[in-house]
Amino acid sequence: MRGLLPITAKNSGILACETCHKLIVCDTVSEKGATCPRCKRAIHVRKKDSLNRTWALLVAALVLYIPANLFPIMTLISFGRESRETILSGIYQLFLSDQWVIAIVVLLASVFVPIFKIAALAFLVISVQMGLTWRPVFRARLYRFVEWIGRWSMIDIFMISVLIALVKLKALATIEAGPGALAFAAVVILTMYASKTFDPRLMWDRLEGEIDE
Amino acid sequence: MRLACPECDLLHESMEITYGHSGYCQRCGAVLFRNHKNSLDKTLAFAITGLVFFLLANIFPILVFKMNGNTEANQLADGALEFLNSGYWPLGILVLFASVIAPLLVLCLLVSILLPLKYNRLPVIPELQIRTLLSLRPWAMAEIFVIGIMVAFVKLGDFAEVGIGGSLISIICMVLAMVLAFVFLDRRTLWQRLDQLK
Ligand SMILES: [Zn+2]
Repeated sequence: MRGLLPITAKNSGILACETCHKLIVCDTVSEKGATCPRCKRAIHVRKKDSLNRTWALLVAALVLYIPANLFPIMTLISFGRESRETILSGIYQLFLSDQWVIAIVVLLASVFVPIFKIAALAFLVISVQMGLTWRPVFRARLYRFVEWIGRWSMIDIFMISVLIALVKLKALATIEAGPGALAFAAVVILTMYASKTFDPRLMWDRLEGEIDE
Repeated sequence: MRLACPECDLLHESMEITYGHSGYCQRCGAVLFRNHKNSLDKTLAFAITGLVFFLLANIFPILVFKMNGNTEANQLADGALEFLNSGYWPLGILVLFASVIAPLLVLCLLVSILLPLKYNRLPVIPELQIRTLLSLRPWAMAEIFVIGIMVAFVKLGDFAEVGIGGSLISIICMVLAMVLAFVFLDRRTLWQRLDQLK
């Protein structure tokens, strides 16, 4: 590939619509404020302000990850006794009661996935900013995986929603949501948006720049 | 047929398109298209199936909780409503949207786009319908909701008696139908079909 510029839509003067994948030759549309003739959506050569937006969302997610783990996500009130549960203590409880499969699923979804997502996206953004040419196919796969796995962190939020609707027998047993759940849901949404604002094509643009020189 | 890879922007000058095959980007491996025979018909069939199960999922309880002679059962939207009642309204809106509204909208949009196409008619506002469908898809989290229900089931089983209600099976069927609908949906075929009719 060295020495030979790969033919991309961008260097052929073509805009590709993100929604319907239609190709539009740039001469026919002014590049700023162009809309796709087929699906009528605004099109850009690359996602707008991608790296800055991804950074901002990642930092916000990282900050909120702290209260998400410190505050209880729910409280069980049974026979006048209150027991607060955080994300980690909930997983610990599952291990204690020998529910290994479920415990590992929740551990993956609530602890590993958010941390992995934030770390992987930060790495991808930095790799673009530093103009890294290291293993682009691996990085493309990493991005695809991050995009796919992100939603699965919502398991805990749905679990809480089921428990609070089901366990409300007044003094006998009641489960209430805690502020940690709010912070955790925010982390999931922020990281979902962060992976959406990142433009994977930037990784390949840098690669072509390198070959150009 | 010229295609640009949505993930690395590489232009593919000519792609041979055969039924039952998918096209991948030569450079980054992204899926460019999935070609299934009668792709749109299959998606339509699964979307209608999904809608039927969605309706069934709203009739019965999901889980039944018994403790000291008291019984409590929950239905599809109860968790979201409980969040709203207890002051955690952002969580209420999020859960209601992700587990009820978005899956329902996605299925309705699929039917409203594909049913007219089947009879060679244009949908009412095709561009808006497809755009909304594609942007709603990541927020329709019925499959994750099912896992959440299972975790809740296991957790409760520790200190009380829990039973499975009829809705849980309906929700699982709805999830399967929705996943299959998207497996068969090929965006390119969809846009081409629209272009033909215009
Ligand atoms: Zn590609």
